[in-house]
Formats: sequence, C-alpha cells, structure tokens
Amino acid sequence: MSTSNSLVYLIALPLAGAALLLLGRRRTDKWGHLLATALSASSFGVGLYQLSLMLGRSDEARPISQKLFEWIHVGNFNVDAGLLLDQLSICFVLLITGVGTLIHIYSISYMSHDHDRRRFFAYLNLFIAAMLLLVLGNSYLNLYVGWEGVGLASYLLIGFWNQKPAYATASKKAFVMNRVGDMGLSFAIMIAFATMGTVSFSGVAEQAHHTSEAALTGMGIMLLVAAAGKSAQFPLQAWLGDAMAGPTPVSALIHAATMVTAGVYLITRSNFVFDAAPTAQLLVVIVGAITLMFGALIGTAKDDIKKALAASTMSQIGYMILAAGLGPVGYAFAIMHLLTHGFFKAGMFLGAGSVMHGMNDEVNMRKYGALRKFMPITFATFGLGYLAILGVPPFAGFYSKDMIIETAFNAGGVKGIILGSVTLLGAGITAFYMTRVMILTFTGTKRWDDEAHPHESPWLMWLPMAILAIGSVASGFLLSRGDALVNWLHPLFAHHGEHEELLKPIVVSGLALTMVAIGVAIAFAKYSRQEVAHVAPENVSVFTKIARQDLMQDRFNEAVFMRPGQALTATLVATDEAVIDGAVRGVGTIALGSGSALRGLQNGFVRSYAALILIGAVALVAAIWVVVQ
Amino acid sequence: MDASNYLYVSALLFTIGAVGVVVRRNAIVVFMCIELMLNAANLSFVTFSRINGDLNGQVMAFFTMVVAACEVVVGLAIIVTIYRSRRSASVDDASLLKR
Repeated sequence: MSTSNSLVYLIALPLAGAALLLLGRRRTDKWGHLLATALSASSFGVGLYQLSLMLGRSDEARPISQKLFEWIHVGNFNVDAGLLLDQLSICFVLLITGVGTLIHIYSISYMSHDHDRRRFFAYLNLFIAAMLLLVLGNSYLNLYVGWEGVGLASYLLIGFWNQKPAYATASKKAFVMNRVGDMGLSFAIMIAFATMGTVSFSGVAEQAHHTSEAALTGMGIMLLVAAAGKSAQFPLQAWLGDAMAGPTPVSALIHAATMVTAGVYLITRSNFVFDAAPTAQLLVVIVGAITLMFGALIGTAKDDIKKALAASTMSQIGYMILAAGLGPVGYAFAIMHLLTHGFFKAGMFLGAGSVMHGMNDEVNMRKYGALRKFMPITFATFGLGYLAILGVPPFAGFYSKDMIIETAFNAGGVKGIILGSVTLLGAGITAFYMTRVMILTFTGTKRWDDEAHPHESPWLMWLPMAILAIGSVASGFLLSRGDALVNWLHPLFAHHGEHEELLKPIVVSGLALTMVAIGVAIAFAKYSRQEVAHVAPENVSVFTKIARQDLMQDRFNEAVFMRPGQALTATLVATDEAVIDGAVRGVGTIALGSGSALRGLQNGFVRSYAALILIGAVALVAAIWVVVQ
Repeated sequence: MDASNYLYVSALLFTIGAVGVVVRRNAIVVFMCIELMLNAANLSFVTFSRINGDLNGQVMAFFTMVVAACEVVVGLAIIVTIYRSRRSASVDDASLLKR
C-alpha cells in the first residue's frame, strides 16, 4: 500500500481551529467563526485533492496510508497511530467535510446573535476533526479515539445552551447512553486482541479466516452494541430525540448526516467479521428492521419538528443498518443511502432551523402553517429533501432506498419476505409522517401567534440549504449511474454470487411508490382536509399516546435499568455502611470500650501497680511451670 | 547441708519483700523491701553458682549489687525531694499520674 504524508492535514486543520478558538478565548471572537469555516473548507479541499489522486489510480492501488507515530508497543501488542484512506473512507471524508463546511457557513448566520458563537465553532471544528479520525483510523483502537472524540463533541454541542437544565440533562442522557455503546466497542477490541492478537483492520481481516466463529460472533455482537449506541439504534435509541436540545446546525451535522452514521461505518468497515459470523449478521438485520419501524412510528406522532426529523433519522439509519446486515450485497447500498441521507436530512434539518429562525425558535408544528408564502426558499429546499426521503424518482432517496428494499426482498426465503415487507411498510410510514411535517409547516392556514413575524432567512443560511437540496436531487442519480458507487466500493468487500431475484426491480419500485402514495394520501386526508388543532388533541387512541411518548422507551429504560440500578446502588451503599463501615467502626468501638474498661486499673497508686506487676510475674512463672511440667 | 535450703530462705526473703512493697505505705520501708527482694535474688544466684560449680552466678550477684547501689542513690534522692516538697513519705500521697 502506498503512503502519503498529506492525510494528516485532513484532521490537523480542523483540530488546529478548535485549539486556536478554545485557547484564544475572547480574542478570537471577531474572526473565529470565519477561521473555523475556512479550516473546515480547506479540509474539504484536501479531501477533494485526495479523491482526484485516487481516481487516477487502479482499484488495487487506491487505498493509501500514513503512519503518524508509534503508539503502543508492549510485548506482542503493537499499535501505531496510523491513517488509512480507501474507497470507503473517502466517501465519509467528503461527506463530513462537505456537509460540515456548509453547516459552518449556515451557522455563521444562525448563531450570529449568540455571544458564545466562537465556542460553538470551536466545538464544530473539534467534531469534524474527531469524526475524520474515526473514519481515517487504520485500526479499531484509532477508530476508538475518534469514536470517543465525536461523543465528546456531541455532548458539548447538545448541551451548548446548558443554562437550561433540560438541555444539560439531554446532553448527559446522550453521553451516558453512548457509554453503553462505547463499552461494546472496547469489548470488541479486547476480543479481537485476545483471539487474533491484532486490532488493525487489515490484521483482523487477515486473521478472521482462522478464528473461531464463536469469537467472531462475540466480536460482531459487541460491534453491533457499539453501532447501536452511536447510531441510536434499538435498544439504545432513546437519546436521539432529546439530543435535539442542541442548536439546529448541530442536529443537522451530528445527529443527522455524520456522527449517527458512524455505526453504519463501523459495521461496513468490519465486513470481514460479520461475513464470517452469520448470527451476528442476523442480529444486525433484526436491529435495523426494529429501529426502522420504531423511528417511523415515533415520527408519526411528534409535533416538535426537530423531534419528528430525529425520529425519521433513526428510521433511515435503521434502513442503513439493515442493508449493512445483509452482507456483501448490502454494504454498498447502506453507504449509498448514508450519503444521500446525509444530503437530504441535513438539508431538511437546516430548513427546520430556518423555520425556527423566522418563528422565534418555535418548534411546535401545530403553531406553524402557511409558511410557504413567507419562506419560499426554505419551502423549496425542504420540499426537495422531502421528495428525496420519500423516494420519488428521480430524487436521491429513490435510488438508495429502493435498492435497500430490493436487496431485502432478495435476501431469500421467509427472511427476505419479512425484511422486504418491513422496509416497504417503513417507506409508507415515512411518506405519511414526512407529508405531515410538510403540511403542518408550510401549507394550510396560519396558526402562529401575533408575535411571530415569519421571514425568509438571509443568504448565508439559504445557500447551504440550496446546495444540499441540489445534492438531494442529484446525488442518487450520480452515485447509481452505471453502479458508480457499487463498483467504487467493490474491491473492499467480499465477492458474492448472483442472487436470484424474488421481485423484479421495477416491481419493487412500483410497490414502494404505491406505499408512498398511500402514506401521502392518508396524511393529506388527515391534515390537509380538516383543520389542524392548535394544541395536540387529548382524545386520541392509546397507540397515538404511546407513540407520543416515544413508544415508552424512556419508561422502559426507567423501569428496567434506572430503578433496578438505583436499587442496586442503594443496596450497595447500605451494605457499605452496615458491613464495611460497620467493621471499621466496630474495631474502633471495641478498642475504645476495652480501653475504658482497663482504665480503671490506672488508679495512680504505686502500690497497686506493684501488686499488678507481682501478680503478672507470679502468673507468668506459674504458666511456665505448668507448661514445663 | 543441702543447698536447696538456701533456696527456701531466698524464696522466703523474696516473699517478705514483695508483700512489704505491696502493703507498706512508707516509701523508705518500700525501698528496704525492694532491697530485700534484690538480696533474695542474690542469694539464689550464689546458691545456683555453688550447685553448678561455676562462677557465673557470683558474677551476676555483683551486677545486682551495683544496680542496687545505683538504685539507692537515685531512689533516696527522689524520696528526700518528695518529702521536702510534700512533708510526707507515703507512696499513696504521690499519685499525680492519675490526675
């Protein structure tokens, strides 16, 4: 593999920005945001340059690496800090830096009234650097550093307005739930080292053939736990909705386009593990399918525009995880959906931010309505993203989502039929809740208060939205033209034989579009034909109530983990006080008691001391005499 | 004469001394009882020396005498000082350690 010395700049540029802005403090207030944006953009430039170099090489010569420094050399455990740029990582690098730069630009205007804007940009740059390290690391351990870095940046940014206790709590919730996933990743690394003696991607890929399936299954399940934590997948999904406490650009960048897709990257990158561990692979598919429906159902009941979009993100990542769990046939489609989703979901989040910007930070969609006239550009860009997520041809989602549905059907047997039906149904529900968002926000009658003065956002905000909208329109077509992305990623994944097709692609597309049409029609019937209530109606079915409460995810966690956890800690504290402290205090009490009992002997009279000495001496002699006898 | 008779005398002297130390209050008498106990020990030493037919016990007796002489010097000085300050030579009066 050829080496390059310029990979480190991808990470170093934004990292330097974060350091400068954080250490420079108030001195950098005036130009900090510009510097951060420029550094993010230059990182994007380096990425484009690397892509152009990569395009000029043959398939086998495309991956390049850079060794940074010797990191850990202990016994037979050798890990170097090294970077690896191959066909997979370059997709992520361009997505992260590209969308990241657009969101930097957007934030300049969005955050202009916030006196802590410099700190916000510092964190954004920190996130970009950590995320790039995550996708560029050449071993699980390097990836782990980036993995923790994005977790930190996510925590800092969710709690950016931590003067509100609810927001601070949301950031803690995200952090704690992510720790559960992080634990999975560290276990996976330990299993890799214990059974294969290496933690580098290439090393594990080589050793995977000679390793027992049990070990690989264990590692795969742990990797899945890690992916579930970071990507808000079942059963670690509960943090994503609350993560919307962060500023909207953060939701767009971290909690829609990039960080939450790290789980998909991890599974795709570990394809050699999952290909050899069918049980773990099946679990991946199941988790993906459950989350897909889970997110979609939550999305149907949310009145908070950001939470509806967050539920949608969860559901769409479920699609990606499901595709990644389908093995070599699915990896490329998972990445394709990830890229197109990065465009349209980031675009829609920025659109939501633009709406909030014009509506005094109101997030309740029941207080929107008829905004199309006041925010034509936001409406257009959001609408293009909407068409893309629905999967209407020729928008991006049509190419990526239909491929996943088709692959799911072709998985074979009962599994294929179940997965295909779930993905199809998910597409229908997606159409329903996204149409609901569109109708509630942009059409109908105005439902906002008199204080709100909706207006179009400045060009610094709508320009990134427009660029992302172009991506939502074109990216699917460009990536799938002549199977461009599939062929591009092909050398990285195991080759697979031809699958028999259960349904012809055209039939799948027809079915998917039918489901979408049904979903849209129901949404129109429910929200466009009749007046929308200003406050959420209370006399709704029990299912709606459950969906409004995120399908009881918090109650479940509270009942199953939090309460028993508290009981456990309470028991441990009680045990600590009764047994351990009791033993320590008991020793003291005994010493004290015997001391005061013996104190009576110290009466100050010389003759009594002499008598005691005499008694002692006599007793000693008697004892010796008895023993000798 | 049987050497063990000396040991009986020694034990008798030691017991008299020990009882005297415990029951008498006058510091001078206590002091003399201590001397009595030391000399009882000395008598045992020389008796065992005689029984064993070597000089170790006799040497030890000299050591005891030296210690006893030193003790008399220091002890009498203390008793005299206490008597001067308290007008009493009773060992029960000097019980400051308790308070």
